[in-house]
Amino acid sequence: MSATRNEMGGERAPGDLAHALHETEPHVPVFTGARRAELDELLTRYPTKMAALLPALWIVQEERGWVSSDAMAEVAQVLELTPAYVKGVVSFYTMYHQHPVGRHFIQVCTTSPCNVCGAEDVVNAFLKHTGCEELGVTSGDGKYTVIEVECLGACGFATPVMVNEKFIESVTPETVPALLASLG
Amino acid sequence: MGFPHKPHERETLVLSKHFGEQEAIGLDGWRKRGGYVALQKALSMTPAEIVAIVKESGLRGRGGAGFPTGVKWSFMKPGDGKPHYLCCNADESEPGTFKDREIMRWTPHSLVEGCAIGAYAIGAEVAYIYIRGEYTEALDKMNAACKEAYAAGILGTNAMGTGKTVHVYVHKGAGAYICGEETALMNSLEGRRGNPRIKPPFPAVAGLFGQPTTINNVETLVAVPHILNNGAEWYKKFGRPDNPKSTGTKLYSVCGNIQRPGNYEVPMGFPFKDFLYDLCGGPLPGRQFKAIIPGGISVPIQTREEAENSPMDYEGFVANGTMLGSGGVIVIDDAQNLVKQIARAARFFAHESCAQCTQCREGTAWTTKILERIVAGDGSHEDLETLLEIGENMTGKTICVLSDSCATPVASGLQKFRGDFEALIKKKKVHMVPAQVA
Repeated sequence: MSATRNEMGGERAPGDLAHALHETEPHVPVFTGARRAELDELLTRYPTKMAALLPALWIVQEERGWVSSDAMAEVAQVLELTPAYVKGVVSFYTMYHQHPVGRHFIQVCTTSPCNVCGAEDVVNAFLKHTGCEELGVTSGDGKYTVIEVECLGACGFATPVMVNEKFIESVTPETVPALLASLG
Repeated sequence: MGFPHKPHERETLVLSKHFGEQEAIGLDGWRKRGGYVALQKALSMTPAEIVAIVKESGLRGRGGAGFPTGVKWSFMKPGDGKPHYLCCNADESEPGTFKDREIMRWTPHSLVEGCAIGAYAIGAEVAYIYIRGEYTEALDKMNAACKEAYAAGILGTNAMGTGKTVHVYVHKGAGAYICGEETALMNSLEGRRGNPRIKPPFPAVAGLFGQPTTINNVETLVAVPHILNNGAEWYKKFGRPDNPKSTGTKLYSVCGNIQRPGNYEVPMGFPFKDFLYDLCGGPLPGRQFKAIIPGGISVPIQTREEAENSPMDYEGFVANGTMLGSGGVIVIDDAQNLVKQIARAARFFAHESCAQCTQCREGTAWTTKILERIVAGDGSHEDLETLLEIGENMTGKTICVLSDSCATPVASGLQKFRGDFEALIKKKKVHMVPAQVA
């Protein structure tokens, strides 16, 4: 159902081998140049360095598409925390990816308000048309990962779908193929 | 307005007047609509004067609890030598609720202004707006509005040329329903896991970074500039004459099986029957409303009769078996399997439990398993008693109310729609081996 491996602590789903190589690539530091300056500006907003942890993790994910253990260690060093502490925080929040995901990360809301409007059919349409077939699994070409997500907060526009940072409202099973085609 | 629809003639547009107007999003357009007049006025008043007006207006928290805003603000003691903080709760995650999203998308400066006034009133120099990570458009709009406000000298160390310091910063969440709970929100903002904290100490004593803190919902804060501009008496006029405890206008998000889902703004005390059938267009063709949840999925489920009798205010909903909550109206019609939807709600809470408290961690999971078993046709009559017993053990026993919120739709569903559960159990499949727990 909705709880997928993506959300539950970084375990890679079986069959998800598309990114295995990527996962073992050496870590290149994120916080240099403009990204470092961005973090420094953020640090002026809070009385503690720790408070910049969520924003720092967002920067990592924007840059790399996911948050690796090496990246967590880098964040820990920059914010004077321990890597274990950072991992503890990362694993609490569902939006940080602890392993690589498809180029188009598709989240479909299936909580009750969308569910009564047919959200489960939308999920099935995505699984079929992306070729993912199973929730939380990345398609063989590395293009798509589909998960169910809890309430996206757009219940009046059922079914809302998030593709990476993009929010798409009123998706129906019929509109799924055109939506996927528009992603490229 | 009933965004995305045109406003209905029976709506009272105060907070939502400019939804859908592209020009209202930017600073110039917002100033043309009277923006930042209230902040200028507020900065010339003393914090105590502002708190007194807000108290007098009767404004109550719009996030769910309905605590009087002026009273909350009066717990903060300006001049105690400590840094104070204002947190704006824009983590809107309660299923059925999407009003704050529209406020931030269409009128981001109204929230910057509300935060700036609120911060000044409680003696805080910094306000953080904690926005859930999924609200990418709201985040962009709020970040842009703050940037404009800084560039125009509205925010900063010389706010509106008064020499006073008011900072408003946007903070992006990362996917966790529980971070809408005020103490979890503070933990998350501090860079921790979003586990709720034990109270006391209350946030006004030791909140964000251990300092006196106030947390207000988006809709609460955007009402404040209107109250300062028009006065407490004006605000109090919106409501039932026989119920002075609920004042002002309220935004409702409407979703589920209904003709015109969207956001609507009506005064306190508006008849819920007219709201559902007139403003929102009534049920879908050939269907009837079966169950209505008026305040987000955490409040008790209403029968159609209860809903049709409710005046829409804090007391009116309580008198009719539920609560106003966040104003997220979820409509379920007679074509749905209600038990399946209650099971889905329970799964939501099981997924979102932070797992600190045993009653919640175990209770939400077992409630979900039993309900899903009933939906799958493997339930027994005993299960219904077990559900109620688990629910009792989940209520009033934990650090925060997530656990209670999971028990509520189950208990109210069983109380009001028991026949639906029993019908599923009667259809029980015949098994050669004992049924497995899911």
